[in-house]
Amino acid sequence: MSDFNTIEQDLLNQIAKASDDTLLEAIRVGALGKSGSITALLKTLGAMEAEERKSAGAAINKLKDTVGSALTERRTILKNEALTARLLTEMLDVSLPVPEGPFEAGRLHPVSQTIEEITAIFADMGFSVAEGPDVETDDFNFTKLNFPVGHPAREMHDTFFFNAKENGERMLLRTHTSPVQVRTMLGQKPPIRVICPGRTYRCDSDQTHTPMFHQVEGLVIDKTANLGQLKWVITEFCKAFFEIPSVKMRFRPSFFPFTEPSMEVDIQCRRSNGEIRFGEGEDWLEILGCGMVHSNVLKNCGINPDEYQGYAWGMGIDRLAMLKYGISDLRPFFDADLRWLKHYGFKPLDIPNLCEGLSQ
Amino acid sequence: MKFTLSWLKQHLDTNAGLEEICETLTKIGLEVEGVEDKAKPLEPFTIAKIISAIQHPNADKLRLCMVDTGAAEPIQVVCGASNARAGLVSVFAGPGTYIPAKKITLGIGEIRGIESRGMLCSAAELELSDESEGIMELPQNAPIGTKYIEYAKIGDPVIDINLTPNRSDAAGVYGIARDLAAAGLGTVKPQTLPVFTESGSCPVNIKLEFIGEDRKLCPVFKLRMIKGVRNGSSPQWMQDQLKAIGLRPVNALVDITNYITFEHGRPLHVFDAAKISGRLVVRCAHMSESIVALDGRTYTLGTSTVVIADDNGVKSIAGIMGGEHSGCDETTTDVLIECALWDPENIAQTGRKLGINSDARYRFERGVDPEITQFGMDLATKLILEICGGTPSQITQAGDIPAITKCIIFPWNEVKRLTGLEMPVDDMTQILKRLGFGVSGIGEASTIAVPSWRPDIEGKADIVEEIIRIAGLEHVVNVPLKRTTSVSEPVLTLIQRRTRRARRALAASGMMEAMTYSFISAKEAEAFGGGVSVLKLANPIAADMSDMRPSLLPGLVAAAQRNVNRATKDIALFEVGQIFTGDQPQDQKMAVTGLRRGLASRLGTGRHWSQPAKPADIYDVKADAFSLLGALGVSTDSMQIVAGAPTWFHPGRSATMQFGPKGVLGHFGELHPNTLEQLGIDGPVVVFEILLDNLPTQKQKTSKIKSKLEMSDYQSVTRDFAFVVDKSVRADDVVKTARGVDRVLVSQVKLFDIYEGKGVRPDQKSVAIEITLQPREKTLNDTDIEAFTSRLSAEILRKTGGVLRG
Repeated sequence: MSDFNTIEQDLLNQIAKASDDTLLEAIRVGALGKSGSITALLKTLGAMEAEERKSAGAAINKLKDTVGSALTERRTILKNEALTARLLTEMLDVSLPVPEGPFEAGRLHPVSQTIEEITAIFADMGFSVAEGPDVETDDFNFTKLNFPVGHPAREMHDTFFFNAKENGERMLLRTHTSPVQVRTMLGQKPPIRVICPGRTYRCDSDQTHTPMFHQVEGLVIDKTANLGQLKWVITEFCKAFFEIPSVKMRFRPSFFPFTEPSMEVDIQCRRSNGEIRFGEGEDWLEILGCGMVHSNVLKNCGINPDEYQGYAWGMGIDRLAMLKYGISDLRPFFDADLRWLKHYGFKPLDIPNLCEGLSQ
Repeated sequence: MKFTLSWLKQHLDTNAGLEEICETLTKIGLEVEGVEDKAKPLEPFTIAKIISAIQHPNADKLRLCMVDTGAAEPIQVVCGASNARAGLVSVFAGPGTYIPAKKITLGIGEIRGIESRGMLCSAAELELSDESEGIMELPQNAPIGTKYIEYAKIGDPVIDINLTPNRSDAAGVYGIARDLAAAGLGTVKPQTLPVFTESGSCPVNIKLEFIGEDRKLCPVFKLRMIKGVRNGSSPQWMQDQLKAIGLRPVNALVDITNYITFEHGRPLHVFDAAKISGRLVVRCAHMSESIVALDGRTYTLGTSTVVIADDNGVKSIAGIMGGEHSGCDETTTDVLIECALWDPENIAQTGRKLGINSDARYRFERGVDPEITQFGMDLATKLILEICGGTPSQITQAGDIPAITKCIIFPWNEVKRLTGLEMPVDDMTQILKRLGFGVSGIGEASTIAVPSWRPDIEGKADIVEEIIRIAGLEHVVNVPLKRTTSVSEPVLTLIQRRTRRARRALAASGMMEAMTYSFISAKEAEAFGGGVSVLKLANPIAADMSDMRPSLLPGLVAAAQRNVNRATKDIALFEVGQIFTGDQPQDQKMAVTGLRRGLASRLGTGRHWSQPAKPADIYDVKADAFSLLGALGVSTDSMQIVAGAPTWFHPGRSATMQFGPKGVLGHFGELHPNTLEQLGIDGPVVVFEILLDNLPTQKQKTSKIKSKLEMSDYQSVTRDFAFVVDKSVRADDVVKTARGVDRVLVSQVKLFDIYEGKGVRPDQKSVAIEITLQPREKTLNDTDIEAFTSRLSAEILRKTGGVLRG
């Protein structure tokens, strides 16, 4: 029996020392192969007495199993060691930068974003979006809106004109989006709830004026529309747009040819360190003009002013964007400076909606 | 419109202070734009007298003064002024006073060991003068202890209101007082009508040379002569008021007319009678007549300009500006006062044509109260007699004051209907009466008579506004706008949805959205197929902003170049906006245009370690266009890509995207080198442009259910093939042919390689495609695949001349 122990110990030592698969295989063949040492021992069993064979057989088979599993075990260890060694050579520099993805790189213009914010709010109140041409007639831009010919209010609009045609007609660039209101009233029976965003033009240029800018107007025509409602709509809009829980608004009598009574609206704010915060403080900032649609305008647009009544308002989109997002100068809006767009623009997945919040 | 607080208080009896007055003005629609209040910072300064002044024990140039400030005990002040002496009356500031010029607040100080409890001030320290020659020296009778501002009557606050064009009634201080009184801020002081004796008739006659309709150009003209005037400077109080509102005092006669213009909104004109020969004729100017006006400039008049002329020609542009050669100066002894009415529309037109913005024009074009014509004349007469002396003649008058009494039938519930506010009829009546309206008749509706000074009041809504602005808009309660549906419904049209999606889709491809001006230079417009005459502005703000853009490209290209000039070379910009082909509504289209330049490819911008730098090429913008169309729900499967595009594109590197020749959606490609050179742009630049209006519209589906998905149970087979074709063969034709071999079996064809070079003839190329076959009824075996391969080879050969590469 001690022979078996010696053989076993000897083999186990060899296995433990084997440093690769080839050596292990050689040991296996040397012990368990056709002419291996353990195979040779097994062959001796046939010549033994039954009693002796029984005990020697058990011992040899145990020897065989022990060596077999030692070989398997060692093989696994060697495999793992080899893998670990290989993986070490495959190391990559995880600090290398990855390219900026398109969702990170691309931007929407603040005016586009602001129009979507405004639309989200008014769509929830049941307003649809009306649009019209930038090149307009004098009739739609002024006359139908109750600007009498020669009235000083016309001149205050700094209108861009095209050259007069042979028939004397002179087209112009709309000075406000109000002609879209006219087109809407002429084309649709009340009740009407629309907003009219778009480009508008005035012959004026300085830090707060560009010859082109964006306006959004709103129009409600039905049988009960009144000033109280108008005040509510404006106040709720301002709360939603500036994303503040409450705000004070100040309505001041004013004058626009197309509304009567007319008002200018100031929003409560606090100015500090060049920053404006809304819904707090004691200051006022003028934000829009509004009023009850003038009966002459209703008549001019084929609506009976004794049957229907309505209100309208108008505000600058660029200005709203500037106020909300703290953009101090209007001129870069139309300059397409990539640094400005990257900084003030909005990422493509920042889609304004009321359930996520208008801005992220 | 500017006025001083003291001027207002000459007409308004009120206890209200500056702040309350300003708040009320804004509240009733006379928006206060600014208040210049010089008095406020000088409030704490008082008048004091130096009782004794002795040498400071520790300083040569300092004096130790005991000052009587009106308090029980004299106060010790250390003063460095050389004129500080006993008996001098000066201006004192106690501890805690802010000194404007020094921007410091005084404390109780110790100067060279001696306590000083205040300061005696120079005019410079109060910012009243630039000179600093010692402390102020006031007359001995100046009341000790009173506020300096009250004594010196300086710093009368100047209020500037933003007068809306409808409110001509408030273009004078008196009218503003009337409005404030109506709002409950005191009472209007009654006007004392001037009394004087007239002597003889006016020696100069008037003729109005208008007939028929044109009579409205000058309804009435009053003229009076005052003989024997001395036209020196106007009195100090008048000069002070005029200067405070920014007018330059000229001489008494001129100042008086200016004063009445601002006090009553009633412009007048004065002629030096010695410079008038014969009678005065009011008429339209003759062709090319000219006048040197009071501003020293020569104006050439048109036949629609109303003028006042004498035998020698035009003496005044009616209602706008007088002539220099008939004006009053210090030599004037006989003066003619004109008080007339003019047609607002005509005055506005003339003023605009001549480019004259005068205080007279401002008021006449908005409408002057016809009922104060006589009053204006008499007030001017009174002031001239008081200030310049002289003997007034009777008035000669041509025409008549128009008799217009506007009446409006006003149902009182109109206020509730338009504003939602319920008010007692009594309150509303009171407001209207305070504003000068007549109210007659009781019941649901009354007749409202409009005062002569309110030409802007035309209808019921105007009356509502009058009531509500005085009652206060803050009383109108906010009322929710009712929802029309429980859950809000979609409101955007197809083109609106596409416009929004286009922006998001392109930004999601890593591009930046630009907004550029709708007008561009004529050169740029012409380079992109525009420049038509109907789209040229008559009055562009700048020469390079003269034409409405026919394409978004010129604006984007210029924007790209501005960035290049700022050293940003890799650029991916887009714009979604309107373009113009004519001046009618249907000529305006919504375009989407993208531009890539430098290393701004779809893979990313600039260089990156992971791959070689790739300049943006036409396949980037083609991909932009295709992914955009995909995002907009337009299938590109059957879209035709026709080589070539408009002239501003590279002829060999551009294409038109279309569904048939009449269904052109847009173009993509590289810009033509000539176009780049013309516009001064560093290329190459690749672009795409798509007209959203031209995209096909899908039918609105009635059901939201998607079509049924068919998935085969049999394994698909993928094989690669390479065909050698002539270089001129479109790769697309190879792909399409492969797809057409068996529309059921071929589920996908991908072009994965184009090879030119060794092994392929120079006039040929190898096109490698990967084809996926998806059997529907049984698994494919080698025979099936071989059969497909031979059909494919035959079709490719037939359609493209291509041969399967061995």
